[in-house]
Amino acid sequence: MLTPEEWTAVRLSLEVAFWATIWSLPPAILIGWVLARFDFPGKGIFDGIVHLPLVLPKVVVGYLLLITLGNRGYIGQYLHEWFGISLIFSTAGATVAAAVVSFPLTVNAIRLAIGGIDQGIETAARTLGATKLDAFFTVTLPLMMPGVLSGCLISLASALGEFGATITFVSNVEGQTRTIPLAIYSATHMPDGDAMALRLTVVSVILALGALVLAELADRRIKLALGQI
Amino acid sequence: MIEIDVSLARSTGFCLEAHFAAPDMGVTALFGRSGSGKTTIIQVVAGSVRPDRGRIQVGGEVFFDSEKGIDLPMERRGAGYVFQDARLFPHMSVDSNLRYGERRAKREITIRFDAVVDMLGIGHLLKRRPHTLSGGEKQRVAIGRALLSQPRLLLMDEPLASLDEMRKGEILPYLERLRDELQLPILYVSHSVEEVLRLSDAVAAVADGKVIASGALADVLSRPELLPVLGRFDLGTIFDCIITAHNEEFGLSTVSFPDGELRVPLVGRPVGAPARVRVRSRDVSLSLSRPIDVSVTNRLSGTIASITRAEGPFADVEVALAHGKLHSLVTQESVQRLALEPGMAVWAMIKAVTVDSRPAGFNSPGAEIRSPSPVSRPRQPSPAPPALRVIAGGTPPKAPS
Repeated sequence: MLTPEEWTAVRLSLEVAFWATIWSLPPAILIGWVLARFDFPGKGIFDGIVHLPLVLPKVVVGYLLLITLGNRGYIGQYLHEWFGISLIFSTAGATVAAAVVSFPLTVNAIRLAIGGIDQGIETAARTLGATKLDAFFTVTLPLMMPGVLSGCLISLASALGEFGATITFVSNVEGQTRTIPLAIYSATHMPDGDAMALRLTVVSVILALGALVLAELADRRIKLALGQI
Repeated sequence: MIEIDVSLARSTGFCLEAHFAAPDMGVTALFGRSGSGKTTIIQVVAGSVRPDRGRIQVGGEVFFDSEKGIDLPMERRGAGYVFQDARLFPHMSVDSNLRYGERRAKREITIRFDAVVDMLGIGHLLKRRPHTLSGGEKQRVAIGRALLSQPRLLLMDEPLASLDEMRKGEILPYLERLRDELQLPILYVSHSVEEVLRLSDAVAAVADGKVIASGALADVLSRPELLPVLGRFDLGTIFDCIITAHNEEFGLSTVSFPDGELRVPLVGRPVGAPARVRVRSRDVSLSLSRPIDVSVTNRLSGTIASITRAEGPFADVEVALAHGKLHSLVTQESVQRLALEPGMAVWAMIKAVTVDSRPAGFNSPGAEIRSPSPVSRPRQPSPAPPALRVIAGGTPPKAPS
């Protein structure tokens, strides 16, 4: 059905999207919470920076990643020198690119979910002896699970589709950074790549539909647990 | 003693100026119209709203003192809060909701889980989820949850306001039990005279962000300055009485208090039981001579203590009785026609009496005008150890007819 090369691209895509989602989730929850619940000077600028990857051309995001996290980048040179970590041409780098690009979408989904939670219920937890953090973990976090779930789905979808930032930052290396979109792009440049491009397109559609169905099922379960349906 | 002296200005133009004290035990009603600032006062006590300046002290503990820079965080105040909308945690069972505060209690556990569940009659609900409960059940669970956090005081924000009349009748007896069985001060926000009369011993009247009067219920509810809060129709005098006789044939009961006796519609409680009686000022008319040939049976004699101009064409006449006092709302025209003035002997004719079937608590500040009969004290201050603060067992008292 699929060639080994195509399987590699599919596996890599799933791996990158999965880890990008997992790693970006905790900071996205934290920042979503801060943006939804707190007012502080410079909030507008902070909000803007968080949303920058959404509005910038993806190639620009990739280039910014390259000059900061690349082997000679502002931060990357120290990563390379001190820890021997090199992100360029690696799956880890592709994961970073996917995470950065999908981050604002995840934050937004979570922020909306927190905004929908009645703050009074957190106040109730506080009057019962819970500290702010305790109330967050025992009340706010469980109640925002539907939002976290939709955040995950958006993040997953956006990471699966990431192209511009990935190819600019970590290039198009088979087995390392060549995810499905990059593989399709390569296939369209090969004389007899049409069949491969088509097969990978079908896989993309199946992955997308599967993710949607899974998310719907999970959403029902969560809402059932929260007593919302 | 709960001492509150705070001020707060909101950007919306709302200003709060609250200065009053509430007793250490029993229910103190924060009474006023909606939007008057009652809820803000208990939010300030709970710590969810920070006042601009002032001081809040509950028992020996300072919750807030702007001068000393003290602002105890909400979770360390031990203020059990019962919200108007229950605010149960939807993702937890009733049992987990109840245990939430208990697990985090910073004080010794003296209010026991089983006793609370029993007192509120929520044992059969423990496994349920909040969204499957009725409004009244939710409110009872919310009360239990607040109690189990072992609070040093209880704040209740119109816990009955979101319920229909049926449900109110279902909850009120539980609130009465709470008041009588726990030695816990309760600040109770309400805009309903009936609830205040039935539950509270002390009252702080709130209007336009200010506490305009505070003190023992019987004292405060008769003050003319309460007109803006109560309206002309509900201003009145409270008498804490003892039921002395029933007359089934005429459907009447007799209640007595140090200044005399009153005939009231049949009260569904035994002779000897306490009854709180309210006489609205507008239901009291005055006569200079002993009224004969009138249908009004309830008459009390006294002397005019003061006459205050009230809203519109009315004047509030305070009549000093042998022990207590009585207020009458008459027109200023009548005052002039009868040449009423302080010191004159008058007869007060009471056209209607409302009995609020409140078994008066042992700690009622109204005690001085109550008959010293021992039956008026349904519960003596108990020497029981703190662990027995909640009396377990028994069924809740029947809703009053």
